[in-house]
This record gives sequence, structure tokens and C-alpha cells, in this order.
Amino acid sequence: MVRWEAVIGLEVHARLLTRSKLFCACETAFGAAPNSKVCPVCLGYPGALPVPNRTAIDLAIRVALATGCTIHAESVFARKNYFYPDLPKGYQISQFDKPLATGGSLEIATRDGAREIGIIRIHVEEDAGKLIHDATGGATDDTSLVDLNRAGTPLIEIVSAPDLRSSEEAIAYLTRLRQIVMYCDACDGNMEEGSLRCDANVSVRRPGGELGTRTEVKNLNSFRFLGRAVDFEIERQIALLERGERVVQETRLFDPAEGVTRAMRSKEEAHDYRYFPEPDLPPLVIDVESISRIREGLPEMPGPRAARYRRDFALNVEDSETLVTSRELADYFERTIAAGASARAAANWVKNEVLGSCNQCKVELRDFRVTAEMLGETISMVESSEISGKAAKEVFEAMATNGGSPREIVERLGLAQLSDRDAIRAIARRVIAANAAQVEQFRSGRTGIFGFLVGQVMKESQGRANPEIANQILRECLDTEAR
Amino acid sequence: MSDTGPVGARSAASISRDVRRGTLALRTLGGDVIDAVEKRNDELRAFVHFDAGEARAACDASHAEGALAGVPIAVKDNIATRGTLTTCASRILSSYRSPNDATVIERLAAAGAWVAGKTNLDEFAMGSSTEHSAFGPTSNPWDPTRVPGGSSGGSAAAVAAGLVPVALGSDTGGSVRQPAAFCGVTGLKPTWGRVSRSGLVAFASSLDQIGIFARSARDCARVLGVIAGHDPRDATTSIEPVPDYESALEGGIAGLSVGIVEGTWETLDDEMRVCFERSLTILRDLGVTVTHVALPSLGLSIAVYYIIANAEASANLARFDGIRYGRRAEGDHTLREGYVRSRTEGFGDEVKRRIMLGTFALSSGYYDEYYGRAQHARAMITAELRAAFGGVDLIAMPTTPTVAFRKGEKLADPLSMYLSDVYTAPANLAGIPAISVPAALSSEGLPIGLQLLGPHFAEPLLLRAAAAFESSLGVPVMVPPR
Ligand SMILES: [Zn+2]
Repeated sequence: MVRWEAVIGLEVHARLLTRSKLFCACETAFGAAPNSKVCPVCLGYPGALPVPNRTAIDLAIRVALATGCTIHAESVFARKNYFYPDLPKGYQISQFDKPLATGGSLEIATRDGAREIGIIRIHVEEDAGKLIHDATGGATDDTSLVDLNRAGTPLIEIVSAPDLRSSEEAIAYLTRLRQIVMYCDACDGNMEEGSLRCDANVSVRRPGGELGTRTEVKNLNSFRFLGRAVDFEIERQIALLERGERVVQETRLFDPAEGVTRAMRSKEEAHDYRYFPEPDLPPLVIDVESISRIREGLPEMPGPRAARYRRDFALNVEDSETLVTSRELADYFERTIAAGASARAAANWVKNEVLGSCNQCKVELRDFRVTAEMLGETISMVESSEISGKAAKEVFEAMATNGGSPREIVERLGLAQLSDRDAIRAIARRVIAANAAQVEQFRSGRTGIFGFLVGQVMKESQGRANPEIANQILRECLDTEAR
Repeated sequence: MSDTGPVGARSAASISRDVRRGTLALRTLGGDVIDAVEKRNDELRAFVHFDAGEARAACDASHAEGALAGVPIAVKDNIATRGTLTTCASRILSSYRSPNDATVIERLAAAGAWVAGKTNLDEFAMGSSTEHSAFGPTSNPWDPTRVPGGSSGGSAAAVAAGLVPVALGSDTGGSVRQPAAFCGVTGLKPTWGRVSRSGLVAFASSLDQIGIFARSARDCARVLGVIAGHDPRDATTSIEPVPDYESALEGGIAGLSVGIVEGTWETLDDEMRVCFERSLTILRDLGVTVTHVALPSLGLSIAVYYIIANAEASANLARFDGIRYGRRAEGDHTLREGYVRSRTEGFGDEVKRRIMLGTFALSSGYYDEYYGRAQHARAMITAELRAAFGGVDLIAMPTTPTVAFRKGEKLADPLSMYLSDVYTAPANLAGIPAISVPAALSSEGLPIGLQLLGPHFAEPLLLRAAAAFESSLGVPVMVPPR
């Protein structure tokens, strides 16, 4: 009997992968010298005006289409007003009551099967700069420094419906959303560098009852932090309510060192942003043609792709999800099949050997020496009994280290499988002749000794004999060739 | 216009013609302008930044080709000029030098014009008298005890005094047309989006438009042809092609219909009313049909204008925080103290008043009642004007309810100062073009303007009507007594 139910919604900011900022031509380079990627527009100089970067808008539309949102023919930029040194104009150009897109969803796998999670809205906005408070960055005890390289870089904010019920679901949602923005080439998904940032709205209620008061938890820059912060917040709120106290609507910061959330000082959050339409920008008009052009350019998204793997390749949920983690991996998997491997074998090889090897050697899949074509050929050689599974692993290791074509390696290392029945029969006869005692035992009923004799055949063939054929022929010889 | 006398008193058209022909040397011309400004500026304070060396260098760097070859231009000090001061007549920007030129300055330079100096204004263009300037008020060349109007009072005075043939101002609620009327010159506010605002320090972005002062419709047309047109640096500029405004001046206005709006002039004092009626007679004599049009929401304009303009200003002026440029309060302080002190010391009272009013109008709980309703009323006014232009070609109104008032007269009463914009604000709210042309002199010898408003992008028609009206008054139109 569940006494409390958590209600969670996520607000995710994704930095768009454009070369220039949202409203000026400055580069969006990460890690450049402080204040080296700035101009009068992103510094908020008097008289400088914003001009929208169409590429950023197109990327935002990609994500909106990929999550099934409705793209509005006309959306409106708005000014969000507040004073802070990382905000050069004293307002952030964002979207407010007329966002780019609304009403989408994505599907996550939960313990009780797949669930649709609503997406309320997606809007485009500019990022703020960065304040540097630590001495390594040049700040002192009583001064902070401002770096405005990031100011004006394009973001989208993706707001989910309060449809999530646990930290696992929140993580599953963020995982899928991260995959989607990456599939769209809209965002690099890097949470450590802040390319993808997440805030969580959390409340608890009696199952099926009225919504409780929510808190907003900020500073969740990893999946682990999201999980821990949400769990902490749920527990905290339940404890409050069970003590007969009330949850205060507030913004809280997650402290990863302590694993707790803490209320921000009320001053820090007591903002009246005074949104109003940005008069320096005309309404953002998006025509039907560009929407369909962008839609046509979208790749298959991870959800449908995983479902297709389950349907067409009979893969289970775990394997299909692993394979769609990134578009690159899923493409690799499909190219492996195209190169001749069966889906089942390709799936096993990709998720075990390929991912394992990449991890071990710390290389990205795109830099991995074994291409999908090489792997596909290797697997197909196993499947046509040209080499053994064991030999295939050797071929794979060799390719991962030095590259080369699988056939060459098989040849060079003499790994081709022996399937010639006469040759194997000759070996079997030699083994029978050389192991009279064991043959005698077998014939007197100790059939368990058969394995030993097969082993001898394999040994004699230097491991190259096709084990199935070796088995069959040895049995034939033992049964029919009485001495 | 006379081809003799000080260069600045001649027309831009004749100066550029002579410069192109080689009969007027840039060097002579520059010296002449510098002499005239140096002689008059102490008394007028039309220019707030005038440096003979800089002016000479700018003149020398101009070229003898182009529609404005050699033409000296005075520029309101809220329009960015590279390397020289752009202060908006504010303490907070008192030493600010812009890293680049406004688009209009680039275009003027490409057409051969040069910037003579930067002119006075009400701080951040907020005012109607040029008294709210950190550098002190400008005098009206017709009567130095009177204001030149505002906020572009310095530019209007510079042109009226014959220091330069043309000047740039900015018009948010009448800041070009009202001083043009007070100083007896022609003032054009183009359609919003016709001229790039890139480099114009924003007061109220949805209303701001760079405008032109000149002593003739022809010079207005010449300058507009140079500065108008789409600008990739201003997303709100129109891609509408730029017509040949000068050739549009020809042909007269016989057969045109001009609307007048009931309730806009009948209650004026006798002199202003009679002058307006006489202007209508002149228009009729030119072959125009005058008819009545209904604009029932026009009376809301001032209230709507001050809510929207101040709301936008409260955001536009947030960037002046003393952190990246401009004046920063001295000494150590916390972030918050830094904001408060830099802005308290840097802004004048009128600017602070407007920032507070605008912030209030956008605040949670008041937004719907103020900003929201104002936006709604703005849409109504715009729709009514559009409907009116379905029936008439142009609308005529007085430019101002009074002649130039005395310095200090309205300083203590902001509300009566705000009412100076009663006839001019509607064009900004609707984004339509409007022009003020000199119409008469009052019994005290002060200029009175006639305002014509047209539909979006009707500048050719407005300029033609202004030219026709001007020629019926005789040339030169108005020269202040010396
Ligand atoms: Zn920039």
C-alpha cells in the first residue's frame, strides 16, 4: 500500500550546437580565453541590436518535431528582466507566452511498461555569461570576475508535464530526452560542461489526490545528482507532511557533497521578471515548407528505433535500448547487419565486444579501428562456419589493435576453420588409434569419455576443426569402425 | 535657398552639387561650418560635443562624390559615432565612446556627408524641451529664453540657426517633429522599420525611429534616400524597396484627400487654431479635398504612449549598470550597492522617474491593468488609423498644442510637459510616417508647425505634400532673427 505518490516535472536546458551565438556572429567556443568571444551585441552595448540566428531556430524545430510538438507559425521573443552581472543587457531574450512549440511527448520504459511523458513547451532563449568566484580563475575574496563568452549562446528549454512518478522515471526521461537532442544534432548532451542542464519540480500527494505544493530543485548537472536530489526531496516532503507540517513553495539548490537540497535565500529567488514582448525582434514566423523540410531531414528517433529492433530482430528491451543509446552506435549496429551479420550476433558483438573494447581503449566509436563493415564480415565468417567463434574473437582483437581486413587476418593467423570431412575423419582415426584405452572405456559404456576424445581431435587440428563436424565424425568412427 | 552666406545656411542639395562640381572646396566648407558653430554654440548649446579638430578631420575624410558630397550633418548624441563621444546627454555615459558607427552614419559617410558634431538632447531622449540634459539646456534660435523643444532640441536648433543644412534626431513620441515645429524647420519621422535603428541608443524600441531635420522637404528626401532601407543589423528593418524620394517631390498634390480629426484642434487657443485652419486653406488652394475622419481612440494616445515607452525604457536602460562601460560609482561596494549607486549617480531625475513608472507598469499584479491595456489600446489606435487611410491619403494635425514655451516653464510639472506630445505620439504608436512643416509665425514671432501623417511607407507622398505646402509659403520658409 503506497501512502504517498511523487509528482515530478523536469525543465531541461539544452545548448544548441551552432557555430555562432543566438543573436550575433560571435563564435560559441567552449573554453576560450575569457571575454574573447564577445561583440557589442552580446555585451549589451548601447545601440546594438539582436539578429536571430536561423540555424539555432532550425535546431530547435528539429527537437520540437522529434518530440511530437506542434510548431507555432508565429512565436514571440520576450524580455525576461533581472539584474545580474552575467546578464549584460539586464534582460534575457527568451520566449514567454508564445513559445516556439507546445504539446509534445516522449515515451519512457518503466517497471510497469512504456509510458508517455508529456512535453508542455519548448522555447528558444539566450544563455547568460559566467561569474568566476574562485582564485584560480583570478577572483579574490572581495571581487568576482565576469566572463561573457557564453552570454548569448542559444539554448532551448524543454518543459515536461508533471507526469514523472519517481527518480528512476525522471532519469529515464532525461536519458531519452538527451538521446533525442543528440539524435537531432541539436545538442552535444554534455552535462559536465553544462550543455544539458536540468531543474526538477517535485511535489508529493496522496495517490490520486490533489497536487501538493512543489519545490524547484536546481543545479542537477548529472543523472546521479538528479536521482539523488529527487529522492532526497521526496523523502523530505513526505517527512514534513507526516509530521503535520507544510511544504513551502520555493527554489532549492542540490548540494552534491552532502546529498541534500537547501532553500535558496528568498532574496535570490524573489524575482518578478516583468516579461514583455521583445520590441527589437519581429515575431518569429515559421512556414509550413520549412517545417516539412526539417522533418524530412530528421533521423529515426531512439524510441521508434528500439521498438523496431524488438519487433524485427526479436531483441529484448535492454539490448534494444543499449543499441540506440547513440545514433552512432545504432548506425554501427545496423551497418554490421548490412555487412552480413545476423541481428542477434551483431547485437551481442556490438554491446559486448565493441562497447567493451571502446571503453577499455577509451576511444570514441567513430575512431574505433574495427568498422561495422569489418565486424559484419567477421561475424558472417563465423555464421558460415569459415572460422570458429573463438577465432573470431582473435580476429576482432587483431583488428582493434592494428586494423586490417578480417580475411587477411584469418589467413595470416591460419584461423580458417577445418570443415573438410575427410580431413577431419583422418584426424579422428589417428586419435582413435592413439587412445586405445579411452576408446575401450567408451565402448564399454563410459560415454562421458567422449568429450575427452573430441578435445583430442580439436587439439590435433590446432583448434581449427569445425567442432560440430568433429563431433559428428568422431561418433561415426567410434560407432561404425569396429576394430 | 540662398547660395550665398554661411555654408550651413545653404541646402544640402546645393552644397553637394557645388562640391561635386568642384566649385566648393571641402576645406573652405569645413572651415565655414566650424567658424559658424564656434561663433554660435556658446549661446545656443545646440552641440554638446563639438571639436574643431574632429570636425575638420571628418570633413577632410569625406569625399566629393555621392548624393551628400561634403554635406555637414549634426547628429543627435544618442546615435553612435565611432571613436567620438556618444553620451545621450547622460552622466552615466559622459565618457562613453562607441566602438562603431550607427548604420545611418555609415550610409551618410558613404554618400559623402560628414559629422560636424553631436547635438544636445533630453537625457536618453526622454523629454520635450532639451532641458533634461546633463550638459544644460539648448536655446531656441528664435528666442533664447525659450526651449527648442525636445528631445532632439540640439539638432533642431543647429539646423534652424543655419549651422548645418541637415541633422539627425530620433523620434519616439514626437522628438523630431515637435522641436522642428518649435524651431521652424522641417522634421520627418519615417515609418518604423524604414530606417535602421542599429546604433541608436534605445529609449523605447517599438516607437523609436531616427528622423531628419532640414530646411526643406527636398533635403529631407535626399537624406532619407541615403539612410533608408533594410539593414542586416536591425531585424525590424523592412525589406520594402527604397523609392526615389526626390523625384516623388514633383507633381503637386491636386486631387489628394486630407483628413482632419474632430476634437484635435478646435479647443486650441485662438492663434494655434487659426493657424491650423489657415494651413487647411492653403492645402485646399493646392487642390486638396479636406474631409473629416473618425479616430475615436486618439485621445488615449498620451496615456498609452507613456506606459509603453516607459515600460520598454525600463528594460532598455537596465544595461547601464556600471559594469562593462559607462560610469561606475567609485569606491568598494557590494554588487547591489554598485548597481544602486552607479545608477543613482548616473541618471537624472526624469530618467529615474520613467524607469520607475515603466517598471511599475510591467510589474506582476499591474501588468494587465497598465501594459496589457496599453498594448490593447495601441492596437485600437493603429487599426483606426489604418481604417482612416482607407478613405483619405493623408491626415493633417497641428504638430504641437502651443508654440515654444519658456525655459523652466514646465520643468516642475512633468504631466504638462508630457502633453506636448499629444499630436505626435499617435504616429509612433501606429508606426506610420509623419512630417512637420513650418506653417506660420505666431504674433510673438515664433514658428508654428503643420503635421501631416501618412500610411506605412507613404514617405514619398508626405514629402511631396510638404514640398507643395512649403512652396506655397514662399522660399526661404523661415529664418530666425539674428
Ligand atoms: Zn557577440
